[in-house]
Amino acid sequence: MTLWLMAGLLFTPLAWAVLTLLTDFSRGRLVSWVGILVQALVSLGLWLAVNRDGGFYYGLGGWDAPLGIELRVDGLAVTFVLLTAVVAGACGLHAGVYIDPDKPWHRYFWPLFWFLWSGLNAVWLGGDLFNLYVGLELISLSAVGLVALGGQAGALRASLRYLLAALLGSLAYLLGVALMYGQFGTLSIAGVATWLSDHPVPAGSGMALALMIAGLALKTALFPLHRWLPPAHGIAKSPVSALLSALVVKASFYIAARLWLELGQPLGSLAAAQLIGLLGSAAVVWGSWLACRQQRLKQVVAYSSVAQIGYLFLLFPLTFSVSETVSLQAQQGMTLQVISHALAKAAMFLAAGNLILSVGSNRIDALGGVSRFLPFSLFSFGLAGVSLMSLPPTGGFAAKWLLLQASLGSGQWWWVLVLLAGGLLSAAYVFRIYRASFLESSGTDQFFHPSRSLEVIPMILAILALGMGLVSDQVLSVMALPFAGEGAP
Amino acid sequence: MTLNAWLPVFALMTSLVASLVIFALPERGYRLRTAVNLGAAVFKLALVAVMVWGVFQGVEYGVSFTMVPGVDFVLKADALSMMFAGLSAVLWFLTTIYAVGYLEDSPNRSRFFGFFSLCVASTMGIALAGNLFTFFLFYEMLTLATYPLVVHRGTERALKAGRTYVIYTLTGGAVLLLAIAWLQGLAGDLHFQEGGHFGGADPAMHGSLTLIFVLLIAGLGVKAAIFPLHGWLPQAMVAPAPVSALLHAVAVVKAGAFGIVRVVYDIYGIEASSALGLLEPLAWLAAFTMLYGSVRALFQMDLKRRLAFSTVSQVSYIILGICLFGPVGATGGLVHLLHQGIMKITLFFCAGNYAETLGIHRIDEMDGAGRRMPGTSLAFTLGAFGMIGAPPLAGFITKWTMGTGALAADMDWVIAVLVLSSVLNAAYFLPILHRLWFREQSGKWPHERYWGRLETSAWLFWPPVLTAVMTVLVGVLASFPFSPLSWAELVVLRAYSS
Amino acid sequence: MTSSLLYALAGTLLCGIGLFGMLWLSHLLRKLLAFNIMGSGVFLVLVGLPQNQGGPDPVPQALVLTGIVVAIAATALAVVLIRRYYHLSGLTTLDEEPAFREGGPE
Repeated sequence: MTLWLMAGLLFTPLAWAVLTLLTDFSRGRLVSWVGILVQALVSLGLWLAVNRDGGFYYGLGGWDAPLGIELRVDGLAVTFVLLTAVVAGACGLHAGVYIDPDKPWHRYFWPLFWFLWSGLNAVWLGGDLFNLYVGLELISLSAVGLVALGGQAGALRASLRYLLAALLGSLAYLLGVALMYGQFGTLSIAGVATWLSDHPVPAGSGMALALMIAGLALKTALFPLHRWLPPAHGIAKSPVSALLSALVVKASFYIAARLWLELGQPLGSLAAAQLIGLLGSAAVVWGSWLACRQQRLKQVVAYSSVAQIGYLFLLFPLTFSVSETVSLQAQQGMTLQVISHALAKAAMFLAAGNLILSVGSNRIDALGGVSRFLPFSLFSFGLAGVSLMSLPPTGGFAAKWLLLQASLGSGQWWWVLVLLAGGLLSAAYVFRIYRASFLESSGTDQFFHPSRSLEVIPMILAILALGMGLVSDQVLSVMALPFAGEGAP
Repeated sequence: MTLNAWLPVFALMTSLVASLVIFALPERGYRLRTAVNLGAAVFKLALVAVMVWGVFQGVEYGVSFTMVPGVDFVLKADALSMMFAGLSAVLWFLTTIYAVGYLEDSPNRSRFFGFFSLCVASTMGIALAGNLFTFFLFYEMLTLATYPLVVHRGTERALKAGRTYVIYTLTGGAVLLLAIAWLQGLAGDLHFQEGGHFGGADPAMHGSLTLIFVLLIAGLGVKAAIFPLHGWLPQAMVAPAPVSALLHAVAVVKAGAFGIVRVVYDIYGIEASSALGLLEPLAWLAAFTMLYGSVRALFQMDLKRRLAFSTVSQVSYIILGICLFGPVGATGGLVHLLHQGIMKITLFFCAGNYAETLGIHRIDEMDGAGRRMPGTSLAFTLGAFGMIGAPPLAGFITKWTMGTGALAADMDWVIAVLVLSSVLNAAYFLPILHRLWFREQSGKWPHERYWGRLETSAWLFWPPVLTAVMTVLVGVLASFPFSPLSWAELVVLRAYSS
Repeated sequence: MTSSLLYALAGTLLCGIGLFGMLWLSHLLRKLLAFNIMGSGVFLVLVGLPQNQGGPDPVPQALVLTGIVVAIAATALAVVLIRRYYHLSGLTTLDEEPAFREGGPE
């Protein structure tokens, strides 16, 4: 049963990518909607299966490592697979209505969308360093293509910047992989970890880890390497922005986090951990500050992503040389932050897209009166904002609570200040938008009313982000499932 | 799970579901919206009444589940929570009636009533929260739910007030979160428990405990408008009258005061707080806020602003009361939680009536309004006399009990503060009453409207009259069972006996 | 020092040159070429560094093949984008107009 599910999970996106390449946008939409349904069911099935039986290793096509592709199917991975299915599915449904089918180049949306999805699944499940690289490249290239779908010079400029940053990041990562293979003779993360636990740490092997994490940080847009992100996320079509902010940046972070959790203790250093945490904090403050100063709605949301990504990097100092409990809390907090940010940010970008569609302008000061005539999309935007401000009962709050506990528990109280200040700063930019929309305009209802289906999708995502806080214990318990296969990390 | 476990959840869900239904209703569905609103309010009243009876009999209501690893979401009903829940249920009902009349024919009513119910749901959650974490959850929800109400009018001034409000409350929330997280790290998940948790606390923890206490009070003090954290309250006056009424009498200000009560009684424990030397400074702060608010109120010519500063002063009675070590003083503080709510809501309803019927906003426009609106003005007078502390009204009971408590606790200076505060109350309320009843009308009313037989719309007329009658009743019938005073005695008895 | 280690060293050097080019050159095609130089450097390191009983390790050879495919795909995408960008804007660099600076009002 699980074998069929795995096959379905990996095969559908690639097959659909090829299928949709052959059709135009409208027909691609129908085909894709079926694909989304299949993919969502398969992901859910796999999640349930792992929930029941625990995780396992899966050799693709019966080939084992090092030549074959070995996948690591554990609780965390399937949770992210399911998250991807929810968010990407929602974005796909939204895009089908939102994107204008008459522009000829839009037909490439669906193939790129499916390639992106398969890349994401490859990253969540990947167990060895090189396959992760391939997955990352698949994601980056299709994401760049999606940004470029905007068509105008601005979109191409943003996508080129994005492409160059992504390629540089990948090469840095690959160089690290090369060094690591040269040193340890294996590509599996678990293998390297085992090697390190039996041998003394060779001099200079921290270099490989540093290169890989630097490359991944560039792809995740960690401050000060974030400059490519806001133009790309701001200018892309809203469903694309949602995909990029919600999932794509998380993929590279996920790899960095897994590397750090398995290899950070032997190869990293306290200074490095603190430095990364510091950069994350700087991202929180600087990103939120810039978000407050933007005049365009989607730029605000994009800079908010820079800030929210900063929280994730607090994982590094909070798992280095700390007690088991603190490390667990930090990891749980990080996972919740990834999930709830993905849901909330996707909801926010989709809702922002609806708002822009209806007021016909990207500017914040054009929003006056929206709260009277278009309350629904604004409400979704607002709910998602609550999660970004990490106020209860959202998933963002649960994440912040765990990170707070971890910071206090490890005595690193300076991160507490960052977490609290970050929450207040994000409130500043979210409330700025509420404020603009509550301003009563003298005019009447001259807004374009988008179709109901466009409005419902962000609402569902926002409610999921909100409810995440209430069920976070259950969600996290799936992660902690025992591992059935041997060589468990 | 039994029905008893679910009753608090139902009480919470009543307004939550009402809120969602109202959001979903179209703007024009006036009748249906009003029906949903009032139906939910009545249903909630009934639920709360059942729980009040049950708690009196010693029944345990409660439900809990693990929300985030290490912390539980806990709802439970004890004597103290029923006090606040009862207040919020009764006043929600009246305020809803009032708001329906007040907002007749104004835009965005669907949004208004949706958030209004959400706000009451948060209040209910605050009342029924069983630990600090759950309390915080609803405390922040309250902030979010009240923001759209404060900025409801959508004018520049309202938005500015909304911004001040949000800056104050969210910062307070962040401080509170820090304190709660720290306390959790120190002592684990602390449920509210009569008698508190730190009865025999390790002396090594005293330093941290004191600091956490300061942070908790600072975080809660923003909503309770303790000096110097009260700046948002007078500004928030731009909100529509029912919102001000609710903000001042039940929701926001009381949430802060209620939180302080919870922290002192059910987290630290009254004995431990006293032993740590935390109560004395808090009492001084509260006393200062009482006088400061009153002095500032003297100089306000805008009626609602004067009432706002009066709230700053009155809420600190509650805090002062619980800082008086000893059952009698505590009873005085707790009973004021209810008394102040009833009296203040009367005053705000009346202020809203003057504004809505005659267009009066400033005190110097009120000359002779007593003759034009005798019912409203009578209610206003009762509320004002109650505030001053004239027997046998609600305020008198508070002040008398607190005074006795202060003597019992050997804090004689409190008597002086109480007397001085009452004099100040009289100084800013009596001139208004004088203008209402004894001055001649000086010119035309700024913006007069007519509603046939009654002096104002029936929706607007009855709520203040009812609350004014309650002001009298809770004073006269103070010694009867289920009066606020007897209930407060019950709470205090349980807190001190454990 | 074996001959394959020499490859690895040369690869490091190429990486350095490529990195320099990607960061300092402004013409987009040159940036792209620099990327390819850097990529080749990385592949050389990947093939050269691992030693298997004194001889070259076969696994990286297989990996590099995949890597080259990925690099070609990236290059092709970049060329398409650069061409289209040049058609639309007449520019061959990403230099921003002053108004597009970070943080400024846009």
